[in-house]
Amino acid sequence: MTLTASQAPAPPGRTAPPRRRGSAPRRAWRTFSPYAYLAPFFTLFAAFGLFPLVYTAYVSLYRVELQTPGDMQWRGFGNYTALLGDEYFWLALRNTFTIGVLSTVPQLVMALGLAHLLNYRLRGRTFLRTAILLPYATSVAAATLVFAQLFGSDFGLVNYVLGVVGIDPVDWQNDTVASQIAVSSIVIWRWTGYNALIYLAGMQSIPNELYEAAAMDGASRWRQFFHVTLPGLRPTIVFTVVVSTIGATQLFGEPLLLEGQISGGISHQYQTLGLYMYEQGWGFFHLGRAAAIAWVMFLLIVVLVGVNALIARRRSRKEAGR
Amino acid sequence: MPIARAVKRAAVRLGAVALTGALLAACGGSTDDTSSDGAGGKVTITVDLFGSFGYKEAGLYAEYEKLHPGVTIKQTDTEDEADYWKSLQTRLAGGGGLADVQGIEVGRIASVTQQQADRFTDLRKYGADALKDQFAPAKWAAATGKGGEVLGLGTDVGPEAMCYRTDLFKQAGLPTDRDELAKKWATWDGYLELGKQYKAKATGKSAWLDSVGSLYSIMIGQEKERYYDASGKLIWEENPALRTAWEHSVEAAKDGLSAKLDQWSPAWNQAFAAGSFATIPCPAWMLGYIKGQAGESGKGKWDVAPLPGGAGNWGGSYLAVPKAAAHKKEAYELIKWLTAPEQQTRLFEKQGNFPSATGAIEKVAGAKDPFFSDAPIGKIFGDAAKAAPVQVLGVHDQNIAQQITNALSEVERKGTSPEKAWSNAKKGVANTIG
Repeated sequence: MTLTASQAPAPPGRTAPPRRRGSAPRRAWRTFSPYAYLAPFFTLFAAFGLFPLVYTAYVSLYRVELQTPGDMQWRGFGNYTALLGDEYFWLALRNTFTIGVLSTVPQLVMALGLAHLLNYRLRGRTFLRTAILLPYATSVAAATLVFAQLFGSDFGLVNYVLGVVGIDPVDWQNDTVASQIAVSSIVIWRWTGYNALIYLAGMQSIPNELYEAAAMDGASRWRQFFHVTLPGLRPTIVFTVVVSTIGATQLFGEPLLLEGQISGGISHQYQTLGLYMYEQGWGFFHLGRAAAIAWVMFLLIVVLVGVNALIARRRSRKEAGR
Repeated sequence: MPIARAVKRAAVRLGAVALTGALLAACGGSTDDTSSDGAGGKVTITVDLFGSFGYKEAGLYAEYEKLHPGVTIKQTDTEDEADYWKSLQTRLAGGGGLADVQGIEVGRIASVTQQQADRFTDLRKYGADALKDQFAPAKWAAATGKGGEVLGLGTDVGPEAMCYRTDLFKQAGLPTDRDELAKKWATWDGYLELGKQYKAKATGKSAWLDSVGSLYSIMIGQEKERYYDASGKLIWEENPALRTAWEHSVEAAKDGLSAKLDQWSPAWNQAFAAGSFATIPCPAWMLGYIKGQAGESGKGKWDVAPLPGGAGNWGGSYLAVPKAAAHKKEAYELIKWLTAPEQQTRLFEKQGNFPSATGAIEKVAGAKDPFFSDAPIGKIFGDAAKAAPVQVLGVHDQNIAQQITNALSEVERKGTSPEKAWSNAKKGVANTIG
């Protein structure tokens, strides 16, 4: 900041500010310092966020192979149109959606219930609140490898317990629905506590008077939950739904490590979009195609979040109009 | 014009960096190999391998370090070759993070010679030409580039046999003598027939073989032309030999002869000791793997017999030195020593990796292995190596094989109809190669 702003002419139409408000360099610093403080973030963002995004878009228009990255052939939107006719892509999209629903819905419902319970005056409340965050603190890889053992078809604990109850062993790897449930269960285990804490924070910002008033009117705990807690939590719920949707669309580590296969099972039965992108790029070395999938995923998330925001806005407008 | 070219080259390199996210590209290729001999003569040579090469287990590194004071060898190892190859390709494209010595599977060597000759050191620079007569001609030729570059030195070859559990055979009332078995399973039909007998009498959870994928792999190894013909054309879909291997694998799956295990998975590893299968098609390099997984308690329970349907070859490897390696000269000296006939001989005697050096093949002819009930492994694998066809190699061999075994797993584990599985294999291959 070696500005020689003192020589700069005063802006037209304005009288020179009084002296006591600081010298010209100080004023310049006051104007520009916010940008200086922001610069480190935006530099990093440009290098590791924006550039890869733009470069991926560029690569997605070419045929590029990892083994010969210098040899790029122009394909235009060929990579994208090829995806339309690619049944593995549609399968991965469908899997991403079903696994997303299978994991997000139970996860958020359970988180809501847990948060409600933790909001009561309980013995060891702080301990419990910390404890439910623990799964979130474990690494995806470690958790998935443990779950993979639990879901083992011959020596797995889950099938053993099912056997004790008299249920036939389930093929948690090869059966489509069972394998998707297995993947979803890992996601649910990891993220329920995290969402519960967010809900809990939201619940605590709901004024106590509302509950008192409701209790005065003779509302049961259950009715209080539905008519006071839930409406009060709406912004929080929208937030968790958006974050979970993004997470579900990008799901990668869990399906990759369940069997350690980039194909997501022998029939691609639990291959998500993220995994399909990885298979194209780092399994088959088709970087152009992988880049196209990455961009489709990005646009998909933008659309999903946009729809979510629209719905949320329309609902709150309806509330306001009532 | 040179400037334009330099810019273009810089752009290409930049592209490679951006594509892989490896920021070390600038170091790649610029390392001066004469400067690598450090001040005190202290050098650490890094070796990156897959599966089980067995050098460490056979004590070869320790001996090399003793012979060359100041040299330290550091090895990293990935179990599954497919994972190893992915990571190697990423690092090659970025030009960083490469070891001084990289292992290359024979199914990938065509990709190296045809697509990536510029990424590996031409070993003629260090006098590798002189080693040519040490190796079996086909082994040497496969690692030679279009311009005659020597891109890797052959380690082992994979002559095929059949490994089996004598204790499980006895329990099921089957003969355990390897010569008698060789007669009974002279053909693959005979092998599957014995499998049915085994299945009828076997106790507990023990199948005839580990997976139909391994049955397919060993059978296709008996063929000269597999996925490509000699002119480099893709022929796998019409190849009748491939079809035969496919159909036998389907039959084994339908008859329930397989333990339905995924090769190289943890469950497969556990099954060696648990006795989940009675036979496993074994190329020579599998012997070391079996020993490692079955452990001391498996000693004497295993045996080796000649393969049904004649000789074949599955796998075998090369050691190569990437251009981006830090210690190229030292790395060459190391791989030259490791692939010399004396060391190949010792490796076979300790670990079972069958030599590709012609001098070593003669030396091991009398070798026997106590772990495998004193089976004459030198003779069994030596005969197989002599009779095995010289295979036509192609760029996508490994990728195509993977899609086919994957489709066979669908038949094996999900009961998918063979027709559907075949069409899945075709779609999978198109997706991989396209």
